[in-house]
Amino acid sequence: MKNIDYFSDIPASVRLAKPLSLPEPLSEPELLEELKKLSEKNQEASLFLGGGSYKHFIPSIVRHIVSRSEFYTAYTPYQAEASQGILQTIYEYQSMICELTGMEVANASMYDGATALTEAALMAARITGRKEVVVSTAIHPHYRQVLKTYCNAADLTLTEIPFDPKTGLSSLVPRFSSLVAGVILEQPNFFGNIECVSDLADKIHAAGALFIVSVDPISLGILKPPGEYGADIVVGEGQSLGNPQNFGGPGLGIFAAKKDFLRQMPGRIVGATTDSEGKKGFVLTLSTREQHIRRERATSNICSNEALLALAACAYLAVMGKTGLRKVAELCLQKANYLKKKIKDKVLWPDTFSFKEFVVKTEKEIGLNLERFYPELKGYRLICFTELVKKEMLDKLADELH
Amino acid sequence: MTLYPEDLKYTKTHEWAKIEGKIATVGITHFAQDSLGDVVFVELPPVGKELKAEQEFGVVESVKSVSSLYAPVSGKVIERNSQLELHPELVNQSPYQDGWLIKVEVSNPAELDQLLTSQAYQDFLKSEKH
Repeated sequence: MKNIDYFSDIPASVRLAKPLSLPEPLSEPELLEELKKLSEKNQEASLFLGGGSYKHFIPSIVRHIVSRSEFYTAYTPYQAEASQGILQTIYEYQSMICELTGMEVANASMYDGATALTEAALMAARITGRKEVVVSTAIHPHYRQVLKTYCNAADLTLTEIPFDPKTGLSSLVPRFSSLVAGVILEQPNFFGNIECVSDLADKIHAAGALFIVSVDPISLGILKPPGEYGADIVVGEGQSLGNPQNFGGPGLGIFAAKKDFLRQMPGRIVGATTDSEGKKGFVLTLSTREQHIRRERATSNICSNEALLALAACAYLAVMGKTGLRKVAELCLQKANYLKKKIKDKVLWPDTFSFKEFVVKTEKEIGLNLERFYPELKGYRLICFTELVKKEMLDKLADELH
Repeated sequence: MTLYPEDLKYTKTHEWAKIEGKIATVGITHFAQDSLGDVVFVELPPVGKELKAEQEFGVVESVKSVSSLYAPVSGKVIERNSQLELHPELVNQSPYQDGWLIKVEVSNPAELDQLLTSQAYQDFLKSEKH
């Protein structure tokens, strides 16, 4: 065979003419020894960092299930007759998400919480035929960035309503007009505060808009499902459900809605059906509205899903069950609020209810520095506590924060 | 029975319109329903909506695709075929009778001259085949 110079397209001026300055190669046992030495420098640090990505306990069975090669290597299940296993897990994931959120239909997932929230805004615009989306600035800043990008391209107006600096809660109510397609609320909000939702849905619906709620699915172990307080579309980041933080991604976009809006849902949906012999089976359904068939007129340009992460979420929820999820949520709530009480004078909104995160005034490098996203919150940090934080850690932290 | 009745007007996007005074009844042609295959869902505009000729007014979904519907004439939607909500298959079974989609109050009768006759539509279909 002829010798081919694969680098001929790269100009000689930018090619390295001498060998890279690297140490001599090691044998595999030597290399393992070297890596072991390096890993010994690692320290298990408690960072109390949340802000959208959370360290919750993952039962080992979850990893075992997602590591099975039938799931790990599965390709998009277009061919139902060869993909019943993966299709069934997606169907079960969707059913669990419906139960958790109080919605009637859920899709097979979106890329992450930010894209799920944005797709919900676009869906509200499609359904209402309106062009304005209202959000509170107490929604995750990254989510709002993604929303801004999409709104710009989709010719939608994004109206951001500042949160109430006295309570750390959203104050959306007086701002609805007949132009608004959807109003988006995060529950608990980015600061960990539990929003007051009692009559919000009625006011939003009276203006002819849709009510979109972005959730932390773990909080639904103790908080009301948004379907019960009038949400039309429920989205969220599902990483908390059995998935590690992975240095910030990939995430799992939860997306669920009322049945009336089924045909405007983005992404793919798995449905149950019967085969020619009358046996139960699963197929991708409503894919005629997806991009690979409907091109630029598709309901969404997300034509895929996070199947492996959805499977982990499905396994996690199955293992935890209702009682387990409730217990995790209660532990998060108790731990965060135990510390919140102890350091009350350092807490920005001590009288607002919070779930697993809250804002403190501190110079210490813990949690998330809020100044990055909110210049007015200079000197404040968002700290997070999950069921994995021990009481001794909380007491130690309380001492250090005083 | 003819596949393209003489008393209807046609569009190149495969809709038909039956003109009775100021009212146009709109549906899709035999060719359209046959190409789509089994229709499973029809999405129609609300009564009262003002349509412009050639503007998209809804979609028809079959087991293999979703296609846009385009208004043959401008005007206000005065009625929609509510039977299609439960029986979308009427579009296949009876595209010119029970499978009609909407009735429009025509606002610009001059546009009617732009529509194709049965013969012109059939010639168009033949030319598209090549």
